[in-house]
Amino acid sequence: MAADEAKQKLDGLIKKTGAFDCVECGKCTSLCPITKEDPNFAPRLIVVKALEGMAEQVAGARDIWVCLTCARCSAKCPYKVNYTEFIRGMRETARKGGVAPACSEGGLMNSLAGLMTKPDLGQNRLGWLEEGMKVAEKGQYLLFTGCTPYLNVIFGEKDDRVLEGTKAAVRILNKLGITPVVSADERCCGHDQYWAGDRETFEKLARLNIEWIKSTGAKTVLATCPECFRALTKDYQKVDPDFDIEVLHISEFLCDQLEDGKLKLTKEVPETVTYHDGCRLARHIGVVDEPRMLLEKVPGLKMAEMESAGDESACCGVSALMNCDNTSKSIQLRRLKEAKATGASRMLAFCPKCRIHFKCARTGNLPFPKEEVDIDVVDFLTVLDRAI
Amino acid sequence: MEAESPSGVAGKAAPGFEPKIVAFCCNWCSYAGADLTGVSRMQYSPNIRIIRVMCSGRIEPNFVLRALELGADGVLVAGCHIGDCHYISGNKEAEKQIARTARLLEILGVDKRRLRLEWISASEGQKFANTVNAFTKEVRELGPAGYGRK
Repeated sequence: MAADEAKQKLDGLIKKTGAFDCVECGKCTSLCPITKEDPNFAPRLIVVKALEGMAEQVAGARDIWVCLTCARCSAKCPYKVNYTEFIRGMRETARKGGVAPACSEGGLMNSLAGLMTKPDLGQNRLGWLEEGMKVAEKGQYLLFTGCTPYLNVIFGEKDDRVLEGTKAAVRILNKLGITPVVSADERCCGHDQYWAGDRETFEKLARLNIEWIKSTGAKTVLATCPECFRALTKDYQKVDPDFDIEVLHISEFLCDQLEDGKLKLTKEVPETVTYHDGCRLARHIGVVDEPRMLLEKVPGLKMAEMESAGDESACCGVSALMNCDNTSKSIQLRRLKEAKATGASRMLAFCPKCRIHFKCARTGNLPFPKEEVDIDVVDFLTVLDRAI
Repeated sequence: MEAESPSGVAGKAAPGFEPKIVAFCCNWCSYAGADLTGVSRMQYSPNIRIIRVMCSGRIEPNFVLRALELGADGVLVAGCHIGDCHYISGNKEAEKQIARTARLLEILGVDKRRLRLEWISASEGQKFANTVNAFTKEVRELGPAGYGRK
């Protein structure tokens, strides 16, 4: 790509994300989970380089792909620099220049997403539905299941319970007397493509999904996966400004149901758990209290918070299935140690990818006794399902 | 699932449709087998594009999906017979990976006949020609996969 085009894009991004307000205080770098493991990486340095107009150095550097876009920096920046959006925008620029990230499994999920842009697809993605589960093609509530049927095949060896959250979501909704729309016409939400700078694929997927959601007559879309939720609430509107169907995270919806007295948590779940906030859910959107309110109402359940929790929660070390390396593994093990230190028997998480990453991190040789990170990671909804 | 995907309904191909097929051949058996086919002057359909890999075990699901994404209508993976692998067990890994790929293709709604795994040794020039001809015929009948972006 021409140098001046990169420069132009960079100037636009600096304005759009407020990077010009950066006072170089370094709060971002001191909070960054990657800097902690790899001192050569510094968010502040990237912004300073950008402000100095070094467009090609920024767009061509490995650093913009290493960033987890976990938004710890943006959340705490005193001058509200939208750091994650800055990185995302630079990725779009870099991709136009032919630079692409290293993706997990050789970019398998990206290829799947690419194949899903075919209009007449005919997926067979509902094989996981169990006998007795009630789902429909049309209805008031739509359950966006995300890519769990695919992740189940790809990462099945690392995590044999990828689909448990999706199944629990259907069961819980059924117990509430709701028959959710779950359809084979759903496609990848495009979150990973959006964050990897592949705007074209993302927009195609978003359009196809919006068209499908509208055709089901749904009034409310419920998402379990934080990444799908982020794409549906914040990014689809950039593709279609008329997309105004209510999108709720399932924890928000269940909280409402709890307040209305429709959701009754009666069965005892006698154990201690801890909860891992996904970055998309806790920081990008700000759903922090709802999951905790739900856990509080489960009889017999004790909730032990980790050292970093809520909107200051540590990250799972990989986002959008890009750049999984030693740094990721260190971040994951650090988080697992935090979880284990709470004394909880399980760590709950909504994000299927977080769960896969944590389970993967525990395999293989560890530089310390395995007991230090030996904690089960399960889907949040499975606990609620047991309590109803 | 029983339902056929729209792209997989046989006989929908436009007249004159010639499929594009990517064939991954292992260096030690199947690529040599393909060589023998040529050296022996056996005819086989020109629809395949051979990519040589060191071992069929190198083929991961994304190789197949990426081929479809770039416009292939079928993918052939060929390696040494079980027990004959130059790396002892690479073809067993290939079996596992292809099974995993087939499951992904099924969920995605791609007719699983578009992916074929065959064991072809260096001495089986005739088998290579027969396999390619039969596979090309099958994919031709299936019609275009239609995933290509370009």
